[in-house]
Amino acid sequence: MDKETGGAVAPAIQKQKAFDLKKNTMLIALIGLMVVFQALIIAGGKGNFFDPSNITNLIGQNSYVVILAVGMLICILTSGSIDLSVGSGVCMISAIAGVLIVNNHVNIYVSIIICLLIGIGMGALQGYFIAYVRIPAFIVTLAGMLTFRGIGYVILGGYTISPFPEEFTRIFNGFLPSSGADSATLTTVSMAVAAAVCILLIATQAMTRVRKQRKGYPVEPLAAQVIKLALIVAVILALFWLFSQNKGIPVVLVTLAIVIFVYQWYTSKTVAGRHLYAMGGNEKAAIFSGVNTNKVMFLAYTNMGFLVAVASLVCIARFNSAAPSAGNMYELDAIGACFIGGASAYGGVGTVGGSVIGAVFMGVLNNGMSILGVDANWQRAVKGIVLLIAVLVDISAQKNRVGSKGGFLGGLFKSKKNDAAL
Amino acid sequence: MNQYILEMRDITKEFSGVKALDNVNLKVKRGEIHALVGENGAGKSTLMNILSGVYPYGTYTGDIVYDQEIARFANIRDSEHRGIVIIHQELALVPQLSIGENMFLGNEQKSAGGVAGVIDWDVTHTRAMELLNTVGLEESSLTLIRDISVGKQQLVEIAKALSKNVRLLILDEPTAALNDEDSNRLLGLLKRFREDGVTSILISHKLSEVEQVADKITVIRDGSTIETLDKGSGDISEQRIIKSMVGREITDRFPKRESNVGEVVFEIKNWSAFHPLYDRKVVDDVNLNVRRGEVVGISGLMGAGRSELAMSVFGRLYGRGITGEVYVNGENVKLSSVPAAIAKKIAYVTEDRKTSGLILTNPIRVNTTLADLDRVSSRGVIDADVERSLAEEYSDRLGVKRASNEQNVENLSGGNQQKVLLSKWMFTEPDILILDEPTRGIDVGAKYEIYLFINELVSLGKSVLMISSEMPELLGMCDRIYVMNEGKIVAELAQAEASQERIMTSIISSKSDEKAMAGKAATGGQLQ
Repeated sequence: MDKETGGAVAPAIQKQKAFDLKKNTMLIALIGLMVVFQALIIAGGKGNFFDPSNITNLIGQNSYVVILAVGMLICILTSGSIDLSVGSGVCMISAIAGVLIVNNHVNIYVSIIICLLIGIGMGALQGYFIAYVRIPAFIVTLAGMLTFRGIGYVILGGYTISPFPEEFTRIFNGFLPSSGADSATLTTVSMAVAAAVCILLIATQAMTRVRKQRKGYPVEPLAAQVIKLALIVAVILALFWLFSQNKGIPVVLVTLAIVIFVYQWYTSKTVAGRHLYAMGGNEKAAIFSGVNTNKVMFLAYTNMGFLVAVASLVCIARFNSAAPSAGNMYELDAIGACFIGGASAYGGVGTVGGSVIGAVFMGVLNNGMSILGVDANWQRAVKGIVLLIAVLVDISAQKNRVGSKGGFLGGLFKSKKNDAAL
Repeated sequence: MNQYILEMRDITKEFSGVKALDNVNLKVKRGEIHALVGENGAGKSTLMNILSGVYPYGTYTGDIVYDQEIARFANIRDSEHRGIVIIHQELALVPQLSIGENMFLGNEQKSAGGVAGVIDWDVTHTRAMELLNTVGLEESSLTLIRDISVGKQQLVEIAKALSKNVRLLILDEPTAALNDEDSNRLLGLLKRFREDGVTSILISHKLSEVEQVADKITVIRDGSTIETLDKGSGDISEQRIIKSMVGREITDRFPKRESNVGEVVFEIKNWSAFHPLYDRKVVDDVNLNVRRGEVVGISGLMGAGRSELAMSVFGRLYGRGITGEVYVNGENVKLSSVPAAIAKKIAYVTEDRKTSGLILTNPIRVNTTLADLDRVSSRGVIDADVERSLAEEYSDRLGVKRASNEQNVENLSGGNQQKVLLSKWMFTEPDILILDEPTRGIDVGAKYEIYLFINELVSLGKSVLMISSEMPELLGMCDRIYVMNEGKIVAELAQAEASQERIMTSIISSKSDEKAMAGKAATGGQLQ
């Protein structure tokens, strides 16, 4: 029996395509959307979508949505339920940060830690009721939505707190190199960082490949891997070149990169991550397999609270103020991003990469329409329709998929849906 | 008039390039009970889905001749209009609605001269009661579906079919979840329908009942019709059917093994557990033991408390107020959680692979490693390569038929799903396996493979505690059988002395004892 094992593994895995078009529907749609906006914007004489300042702007505008979408995905994975309180949470934590940093001049780093702890506490409180008391998440977080917004209003007394010290805003909304650098420095620093990132990427991929080959595990075809890497490197270089043409590298990108990388790794490579998918896929089977599903769910919502705090800090740094209206409707952006990115409303299906694409998709939509001067009211309607169409396209693409081959947790830029088997 | 109500001619159906059915032919005479048998995945359900319009006209090739004309059903509604009603294995009833509401769901009754879309509940319930009478179900049509047993729900489905003026009734595994009494009642009903001129197609794995009621038996194997056996003119014994189904003779349904029993490795002492909600003992002072290299069975009726016993022992997944002791290799152990039980090398292969065993939307690989992810990870990080190759090894060992280990479990046949479930628990490297209904709803071929595997396990010095509702299986496989009734062990029989009669007698006599002694109402084990 054992003799057969080695032979049987290889062909099955090598059948995987290097780039499965249908599995990357949303990525392609995103690229398509950018191209369409670019065409419309140029045709309308309204500038350039890929203008360096616009790209920087795009990243700033959407950083918080990406962070919240990642947290939301974890909640959705456990059971398909969502956290409605995140927008209000952003408001409350922004208010607390404002009181600490602006009104009472508390040390910035101490304030950041306090805010993160409050976020965790807020998430844990909701998580306790959802996971251990088993009150539906919808109800608990609806209560949280009202409560946190209310507390935020009370703390702010209806006023906006601003401005924040530059030392604080720099951490989440600054640029590298810091402002005032000449364009030669900008280019050198940007391209040096880009080169470093690319080299790191290529080195890790190459090392993994060599390690796999040495141990006799199957690897994807060299040509496919090289082409994929070349594309990613090209995108990174182009992006950083755009940064160099504007104010430099936005530091919020560091926060984003850490969040995306850590959670992608967590969901796809760790035991705890696997338990998320197991619980969402079949909670009973997970329990019988020894998964403490209450704890999994509790941690998902606690983690959401933590990421709400992170998003709050990014938000106040960007707006340089803590306002009662902060975080309004953010929960819907985050939820929309997850579902556009291929998460299942029943839980157990979805990837961090998918949700990030979803968030960027929404961001590009907002940004593109604003540049084109579409009426703000119409923008909302269009977003709603696009959300529906995006999910529709994704579902029909999945339905047409033959069987369900390919990786389960997939790469960073894959989204996956249940096959509606009859 | 043509004697055939239905002819399916050269039906071929492909799913993304794979032929599920290959030139299948089926001829059903008016007013007969026609059984359709075959291993899981042979194509029976696909064929019936084509007939009922689930797979519409145009998605298959070949002709359906129904009532002497070629039928082109676009959906289930079309076929129902023509009197073809299919009752699926998983019942399509809404638990929160009443029997009457369920029976006329999608076919709501309006008053004579009433407005369409406005329901007349008097007409509904009167008609419902008439139909319930016909099928012999003594329940009010106002009773909620969730309050009646599965056996009765099955009868409601049939009554519902009758309300649609059924002429061709298709039943997919109708007795899979029923006990003997309910099964007999249902089969009796089919015979009565035959007299009334209703034609039935019966899909079943229970060959004894096929032998008992069918006029004709069509065997399907690997998507093709093998033959049609006729009760009037030939042998339709179980042996004959099995031979045709698997394409070879299975001389012995239970493979022989050398029994090599060692010392006691697993022992449960004075084990009791209460129902999680009601103040009722579901497991009552159970004592049992399993020796090394031994297959021990637990027999009993549905609701005897067998699975509850297993679940309360395995990580206390069931019940409250649990008392008693568990010994593994003579050591008193507290199995307070599933990981603790797994660490003591105990595995519980759950009863229902779909609801509590497998994650259907996940690939084979993920299901295989789920219960012991520590084996493929270090400090909480999974090594994808190790996982992949280990999972592959286990799928090979259990002989799971698959395109790849990345295939989702939902796309496998029942027998293969059961193998994945077994391989998931083998992955935890257990010494003691509790198998709960390990062969439910799977075909003879797959059953035989699982029996072989059980024998292989005990020959390696592992021990098996097997819960099963199929008595022949226990009698054929076990060294020893415990009989459970109403939460108590009522008999312990060695292989030599065990028989179906002995088991039934001990159940029945324990019941009468109980009543004579305490006079308390039987709660768990009564036949539903």
